[in-house]
Amino acid sequence: MITASKAKTDSKDRIFFFLSGILLLSIILYSYWISPLVTVAILTSSLRQSTPLALGALCGLICERSGVMNIGIEGQMLLAAFFGFLVNVWTGSLLLGVISGIAAGMLAGIIFALMTVSMKMDQIICGTIVNLLAAGLTGYFYPTGINATGKLKAYSFPFLSELPLVGPVLFRVSPIVFSTIILVFLVHFLLFFTQWGLRTRAVGEYPRAADTMGINANIVRFYNIIIGGFFAGLAGAFLSLEAVGVFERGMTNGRGFIALAVMIFGKWTPIGAWGAALLFGLALAVQTQLQFDQVLSIPHQFTGMLPYLITIIVLAIFIKRNRPPGSLGVPYEKK
Amino acid sequence: MDDITVLKLKGISKTFHGVRANSDVDFTLKKGEIHALLGENGAGKSTLMNIISGLLQPDKGEIFIHGKRQKIQNPRRAIQLGIGMIHQHFMIVPGFTSLENIILGSEPIKGVTIDFQQARRQIAILSDDCGLSIDPDAVTEDLPVGIQQRVEIFKALYRNAGILILDEPTAVLIPQETDTLFKILRKLVKKNISIIFITHKLQEVMQIADSISVMQQGVIKGVFSPEETDEQALAELMIGREVLLKNDYLPARPGKIVFEVKKLTVMNSRGYEAVSDVSFRVREREIVGIAGVQGNGQAELSESIAGLRKIKSGEITLSGRRMPALNPRKMIENGLAHIPEDRLKHGLVLPFSIADNQILCTYYRRPYVHFFGRNPKAILKNSRKLINRFHIKARGPEEAVQNLSGGNQQKVIISREFSRDSSFLIANQPTRGLDVGSVEYVHKQLIMLRDKGLGVLLISSELDEILSLSDTILVIYRGRVCSIVRKEDATMESIGRIMVRGFE
Ligand SMILES: Nc1ncnc2c1ncn2[C@@H]1O[C@H](COP(=O)(O)OP(=O)(O)OP(=O)(O)O)[C@@H](O)[C@H]1O
Ligand SMILES: [Mg+2]
Repeated sequence: MITASKAKTDSKDRIFFFLSGILLLSIILYSYWISPLVTVAILTSSLRQSTPLALGALCGLICERSGVMNIGIEGQMLLAAFFGFLVNVWTGSLLLGVISGIAAGMLAGIIFALMTVSMKMDQIICGTIVNLLAAGLTGYFYPTGINATGKLKAYSFPFLSELPLVGPVLFRVSPIVFSTIILVFLVHFLLFFTQWGLRTRAVGEYPRAADTMGINANIVRFYNIIIGGFFAGLAGAFLSLEAVGVFERGMTNGRGFIALAVMIFGKWTPIGAWGAALLFGLALAVQTQLQFDQVLSIPHQFTGMLPYLITIIVLAIFIKRNRPPGSLGVPYEKK
Repeated sequence: MDDITVLKLKGISKTFHGVRANSDVDFTLKKGEIHALLGENGAGKSTLMNIISGLLQPDKGEIFIHGKRQKIQNPRRAIQLGIGMIHQHFMIVPGFTSLENIILGSEPIKGVTIDFQQARRQIAILSDDCGLSIDPDAVTEDLPVGIQQRVEIFKALYRNAGILILDEPTAVLIPQETDTLFKILRKLVKKNISIIFITHKLQEVMQIADSISVMQQGVIKGVFSPEETDEQALAELMIGREVLLKNDYLPARPGKIVFEVKKLTVMNSRGYEAVSDVSFRVREREIVGIAGVQGNGQAELSESIAGLRKIKSGEITLSGRRMPALNPRKMIENGLAHIPEDRLKHGLVLPFSIADNQILCTYYRRPYVHFFGRNPKAILKNSRKLINRFHIKARGPEEAVQNLSGGNQQKVIISREFSRDSSFLIANQPTRGLDVGSVEYVHKQLIMLRDKGLGVLLISSELDEILSLSDTILVIYRGRVCSIVRKEDATMESIGRIMVRGFE
């Protein structure tokens, strides 16, 4: 089964990605040979850094594949991080924390869906509303001086985690990092092999055609936004409950937006977006390592720019080449 | 044919903000018949069909299917009732394969995934049944229109449609494709499928219909069988006045050269050569016709001339000046007028009003700007004048173009391009989707513009149109001009042969 946006990677692109993949792999192997500890540290950190980006991108692409441009992911993540953390503090349960983080992300999704799908408001404005609302709410109600009650711990798979290089990187991981990898492949499968996926893509490309085939485009969009909220929520929960262990003001730090760049770079496919997220994660990890090692005397402000710089460059190159879903950003109105 | 009624409409009325699209329509479809629905542009044909297929709700009236009164709230219900519709503008998801388009909305499921194997089997069975072949894995946007239409037919058959509605299916087809379509329709009728067929081409109606309904301004004017009527009578009933279906125009008296292309080579969007080494010239007071099966480079040719597509090599000269590539405004200011092939994509801004669409090329000039901004008075005045002159059916100049009927959308483009000061016109399929009255009007206007001094390049897959209007005829085949014929020497048969195989 071939779809245009999925398979229109022409052969030039394939060769480019293949060669850069090989190059990257050899660099990793070489550096593992030179200093295994630093390499493992960088790779583990890349995977961790890529997690919220990949989850955010999943949220973005589930919305966009059905034709809704969601720039409120940043806000959804922030709300999720906040509520996840609060519930964790109140109940002492990390699991409940994660669940309420996800619920917060989905709730923000419902609000966004009501505004964009039911009321047909401008999607960019609604996304901005969600972002402002999240920043305002979490900033205002943020209680200072609450102590963290721990964070999600890494789990070591027996045997597998003993393997060289891949063991510590892939099989000694914390739960959300690991689930993200599974979710990426799951969403990819759902999007390209199930009824839900086919209908989602049809609604995103040409909602009127879907409508004539008895598919209610607006309902599809509505629940896709809510499903997207699940992923944004999980990303937020990851930030406060797994990565940092406390909530900080504005702790998403633009990740919701970088996730959109990641999604575009990955051509609106989950696996593509994951690859892009890993690349960004790597950039972030290298940056931290540089600061940590003090090997180069670059001011940290400059290394800190790295991920944002990459975002701009990637968007400049790819936003024109990669074709978005046909009806992206246009509310669907019946005749 | 049995005399069983499969579909009956009683007193259907529909109004759009004060515009009566259908008023008190009665309509009967019998089992296994092909029922042609005729009517001028904006008569309300598409509206009526959209009501049957659940896309629109009537304000009043009843629908009976197999004698039972039904309410068709949405397309899903229509599909359940066995109604399949092929829309004037195809409802195909461009990036999807034929298979994906066919099963969309009625996917066979195995476990959690779509059962693609099962879908393939079903499509193969349908193929055998109806003698229709299709490549399930082809991406639909790359397919020629005739095949896209076949995908649409498959969509309906896949859902076991017993009533098939085709809204102007032949408007985009070449004669050979039309013949194929008619063969398909005859086969379907034998399988007891009933068909409603909308068209503006009267000879097709006489050729295929079992009964004919004529609509005018939302009202059914009468139902006939092809034996008791003829093309002329139908045309007059539709338009409400006498129409000349065939015209012999005075020959041209060409002047000096206004437009010339030399050794033009153009690539298509996928990087293949679509126009190869084409040279020709158009003189004042002359219509040069380009005949050819659609998809032989006409679109790329006219786009490159209009400055919308990159030229690989060659040169274009307009009014004695060599034109830079990719500069539509320069072309327009030098006297180019352009009726593009794809009206929705390249001709109109759909959400904009009629008035604004009519000044798309001149909005920055007087009288449409004054002091600091637009001059709404002048814009509206221009629009009212054009709406009257071209008989555009709409509530007024402020109506959004997307609300117009297909034929009236085409008239908006024509009104804009014909009313501008220009010295050279490319008209690509100018009468596609127009009713006979409007076709006659556009043809007369083309001749009038020619006699006023314009050079015209007419691109059309309607051989009739090419033969009756052009003074010189070029036949294009696989991007090359294969033959240049003077009007006197041209016959339908010889040109038709060159069109399909590149030589006599
Ligand atoms: N959504 C809409 N809003 C307002 N007016 C509409 C709408 N849809 C159709 N109309 C009007 O209803 C009338 C009938 O339109 P319809 O599309 O049914 O015509 P038609 O017979 O199919 O014409 P054509 O041959 O040009 O396709 C037209 O005057 C059109 O402007
Ligand atoms: Mg119509």
